[in-house]
Amino acid sequence: MFAPSFVTQPIGVPAIMRRVMLALLPGIAAYVWFYGPAILVSLTLASVTALAVEAAMLKLRERPIRPFLSDYSALLTAWLLALSIPPLAPWWLVVVGTAFAISVAKHLYGGLGNNPFNPAMIGYAVLIVSFPVQMTHWLAPHGLAQLDLDLAGQLAYIFGGQLPGNAVLDALTTATPLDTLKTQLHLDRAVADIFGLPIYGYLGGKGSEVVALGFLLGGLYLLATRIITWHVPAAFLGTLFATAGLFYLIDPAHYVAPLFHWVSGAAMLGAFFILTDPVSGPTTPRGKLIFAAGAGFLTYIIRVFGGFPDGVAFATLLMNICVPLIDAYTQPKVYGTKGGGR
Amino acid sequence: MSTLHRFHGGIHPAEHKQESSERPIARAPLPQQLVLPLLQHIGARAKAVVQAGDRVLKGELIAYAEGTVSAALHAPTSGTVLAVEPRAVPHPSGLPDVCIVIEPDGADQWDEHPSFDFCPLSKAELLARLRDGGIVGLGGATFPTHVKMATLVQTLVLNGAECEPWITTDDRLMRERAAEIVEGIAVLRHLVSPSKIVVGIEDNKPLAIAAMRQACAGTDIEVIAIPTLYPSGGERQLIKILTGKEVPSGRRPLDIGVACTNVATAYAVHRVVNHGEPLMARVVTVTGNVAAPQNIEVPLGMSIAEVVRLAGGALPGTTGYILGGPMMGLHVTDTSLPLVKSTNCIIVKSDRLFPPAAPTLPCIRCTRCAQVCPAELQPQDLYWFAKGRELDKAESYHLFDCIECGACSYVCPSSIPLVQYYRYAKSEVQAQHRERAAADHARERHEARLSRIERDKREKAEKLAEKERAAALARQQAEAAAVSPPSADDAQALIQAALQRVRAQAAAPKNTDNLTPEQRAQIAEAEARRAQAQPVAHVATPKD
Repeated sequence: MFAPSFVTQPIGVPAIMRRVMLALLPGIAAYVWFYGPAILVSLTLASVTALAVEAAMLKLRERPIRPFLSDYSALLTAWLLALSIPPLAPWWLVVVGTAFAISVAKHLYGGLGNNPFNPAMIGYAVLIVSFPVQMTHWLAPHGLAQLDLDLAGQLAYIFGGQLPGNAVLDALTTATPLDTLKTQLHLDRAVADIFGLPIYGYLGGKGSEVVALGFLLGGLYLLATRIITWHVPAAFLGTLFATAGLFYLIDPAHYVAPLFHWVSGAAMLGAFFILTDPVSGPTTPRGKLIFAAGAGFLTYIIRVFGGFPDGVAFATLLMNICVPLIDAYTQPKVYGTKGGGR
Repeated sequence: MSTLHRFHGGIHPAEHKQESSERPIARAPLPQQLVLPLLQHIGARAKAVVQAGDRVLKGELIAYAEGTVSAALHAPTSGTVLAVEPRAVPHPSGLPDVCIVIEPDGADQWDEHPSFDFCPLSKAELLARLRDGGIVGLGGATFPTHVKMATLVQTLVLNGAECEPWITTDDRLMRERAAEIVEGIAVLRHLVSPSKIVVGIEDNKPLAIAAMRQACAGTDIEVIAIPTLYPSGGERQLIKILTGKEVPSGRRPLDIGVACTNVATAYAVHRVVNHGEPLMARVVTVTGNVAAPQNIEVPLGMSIAEVVRLAGGALPGTTGYILGGPMMGLHVTDTSLPLVKSTNCIIVKSDRLFPPAAPTLPCIRCTRCAQVCPAELQPQDLYWFAKGRELDKAESYHLFDCIECGACSYVCPSSIPLVQYYRYAKSEVQAQHRERAAADHARERHEARLSRIERDKREKAEKLAEKERAAALARQQAEAAAVSPPSADDAQALIQAALQRVRAQAAAPKNTDNLTPEQRAQIAEAEARRAQAQPVAHVATPKD
């Protein structure tokens, strides 16, 4: 007899997920432009794996398959993971990571809406811990490698491990700009020198800086359409900038300018697409600020002082752990409890 | 001109006001039958003073207000009382309730209904007139007006926001009867002596605003256009908008010196004072899937079916009826239900106008609900607690500050019927409180009984000991007496002494006299407990 609210706004979970995926497109386009079509292959592989594993898990958990399979959440996880893995990785790397993300990180915790950790970042963490070598073979942007593969060549390597002629993998991959910086600093070279290397562009890595701008563009679209709020990107990028800026001010010869950190690695992807995951993030406005600020700080620390190529994934996971605590301590005051009533 | 304030959140649902707002208020003809529930206000059921077979006149009192928070009921037309019996009533529980059923005789013959000058009346007298006139808040909450207007306030707020989609009763009433509303406001002003009177109207009703401004010209009543934003017509939200003050959690507007009532209530007050007409009809919007959506002035007790017929009848594809607005209304399918004081709108539902909601998905904690919540709650947390039956947590997260406006359900991308969860949790918590109160009461009674038994035992033992002492003393005396045999004098003395004892016993105090203060307190306590034993089910329930 009773059903309050007979009218609803026509935007559902599937539409939200679709919009987030749409916002990833500029970054993906830049990716293809600079690194060739390999990323499209891993996106496809991840998508197919995600849907298959999602369906299998739903069946095992005796949940309705159709509505959940069409909510796009598994696809979004797949895309975020694929974008975090080197595009020229062997096919099984993508499959294993995605399958783990969907089955363990998502469904074993109760499926959509119940996972305490960001599934894509769990997938990434598993891969980088288990297969560190494959996870660090990033493609060099066009024009920088000794060898540029076309689509056929990239496919041959991804699925068969074959490179044309007697080429070696090192001929077409390179360490990331973040990694290179770290290694070179260990060799006691100054930042200014290192930036003379050909893999660096204007702000960060050649090519990768443009990809980052693509993600920034998509992120602004998400902000404009109110899919996400400003809290997480602003606090994350702000803290990352501030922390990097502090070190840079203290010792500009050994610490790089803060803008470099914005356009390197997964900073932009993290700020707008990964840390903004509502399920594994906090819900209160103040909580979002604390969560993202913590992630920004940790990202910098892991990048600069840790052993991994990037810090976004582990920073996200570490902050995911804190979410219940953050939420509990940042409850906003409700109407009529602010003492404003007199 | 006052500055306006903002409340948190709010939504912009499609308004659908044009459908019904452009036709003038029509007057309903007399129906075949009127069904008047005794409880159509917040508070205690009215007490029926008629029975089956009685003849009643229009405006005659048929049930009086019993207790402080209650309101009277009157015959909307002349006729015969067919029955006083349980009938289906529009209530979320779906349970039948006692109604007075009247068959109109068609004469529509008035009872005496003198108007009166309210100025010389004492406040208490005027309030009693409102109570006996059956006046309750007509915005939907139906709180008895005489209770609300019993306290002096600084600000009197007239609610003309009408923020729910589809509803246009207040809009039409303000356009057509602004002068009468202002006369009603004059009566309310007399009652609560405010230093400021404001009428808040959403700016999607420019004609109503203009009419009210014109009617208020030359008075100190301020008519303020407020931005259209659901739920600006919520009492607490409207007060925030117009005064900047927040009603403290768990308190009432009166606590911050504000009284807020609907414009239609002011109109009803005017009718009862200046025309002697008690509340027995109201304007209702009939809209949605009907041939001629419009506002109609309908006698209370008319069936939904008949009211809908007056608006041209339901069109094909009808799937039910919403009493009230689409955000907070009640969905019914039984068209025999009567229209009551709170029914401001009947929306005829169809799948075309109200597409069924998408299937419910899990909550993804997107917090769109928190962004729109006018009470600044965290609806996603409350949902989680309600679902997991963590009622204590729900309460500590301010469950009872929820005004059930439905803004959260409206924006939920997972189509979760959130308000239903909150209502469920609230009723569970209230039931728990009632149970706890009853258990506490039982425990106290039990403990009192135990201590009483203990005391009795102790007293008995003391008495016994005393008796034994006395007996021992008597034995000793007897032994002493046996040594020297009694003389005649002695015998006389003994007789005298015995007589004296008898006399003294007759004059001796009863055991309830000359009690120590402690004993008195004990008795009073026991009496109080006995008095309390009856109304234990009468636990105050929060309004709204």
